[in-house]
Amino acid sequence: MTWLPPQTEATTLERLRGRLAAEAERADLLGIGYRTVDTPVGSLLLAATERGLIRVAFAREDHDAVLEDLATRIGPRILHAPARLDAVATQLEEYFSGTRTGFSVPLDHTLSTPFRRIVQEFLPHIGYGHTLTYREVAGRVGNPRAMRAVGSACATNPLPIVLPCHRVLRTDGGLGGYIGGLEAKTALLELEHAR
Amino acid sequence: MKRIFETVVTEHQDMVLRVCRGVLGAHADAEDAWSETFMAALRAWPTLPEDTNIEAWLVTIAHRKAIDITRSRARRAITVEHLPETASTRGIPGEEHELWAAVRALPERQRLALSYHYFGGLPYSEVAALIGGSAEAARRAGSAGVATLRTHHHTKGPLR
Repeated sequence: MTWLPPQTEATTLERLRGRLAAEAERADLLGIGYRTVDTPVGSLLLAATERGLIRVAFAREDHDAVLEDLATRIGPRILHAPARLDAVATQLEEYFSGTRTGFSVPLDHTLSTPFRRIVQEFLPHIGYGHTLTYREVAGRVGNPRAMRAVGSACATNPLPIVLPCHRVLRTDGGLGGYIGGLEAKTALLELEHAR
Repeated sequence: MKRIFETVVTEHQDMVLRVCRGVLGAHADAEDAWSETFMAALRAWPTLPEDTNIEAWLVTIAHRKAIDITRSRARRAITVEHLPETASTRGIPGEEHELWAAVRALPERQRLALSYHYFGGLPYSEVAALIGGSAEAARRAGSAGVATLRTHHHTKGPLR
């Protein structure tokens, strides 16, 4: 006879919740699926609509608050649904182990205003291990005087790491700000041997 | 509702499973009813008024889903004299297992009244709206069910 581990109430409910997330996905009722991943820069919240990854959030942003904000702005049909985030979780793991230099997952830019989106979509064009200044990014997106706007586009980047705003520094070589904190920005640049 | 649906599942998943098990028995049908209850709730969630009593609303949905499942089970039922014995998938048979068996043995109205009131937290007036009859009759059915369970179960502790 095979010994089967006792099926506790907790494992039953865990299984049922997994099934709920999968059924919601099939029925197009999963507005936003989310999960967290542990990384060298702390726990990251990953959230995706059916269109793609909509949010990457550092622990210091408060994951619960981020989800509540998504509920208000996108909709409250939000479930823990790790499967929807499998691809990006794998790619992040590869990135942090140094074997991946860029991300290729569908993105949902709904949270960005048009100008910020132009800046944020430019960010992956800064190569892995390279940096640009806010001024240079402003020039590259065709508006050299829009340094401050570039700064706020980076500060409000809903998809940090995947859209590498950590590769943008101050003109004087200073780090500038970072949504994940300066420690995280430094860690990411060191990972990429950019500093 | 503006609240994240995941928090609703977290807060009420146990209650809904107890209600479904009380009505349908502690097996796969109850799990199907659990899934269908939360799927229906997820569908309606964004348009649900903010002042809704979530617990009562979920019990009402669970009640409807359990009826659907009971009906479809009756349609595809295969009549056998005795159910084949199978290995328990719920671990060591014990207190809880026996309790569910005792719940299952109750007359239907007692079982429903007990499930919706004690497991689901509905007042008897609302239980009566679900199962028919007066609130007083629902209360009597619920109390009779609990009395039977206590005799079986030799316990005076609360059921939830």
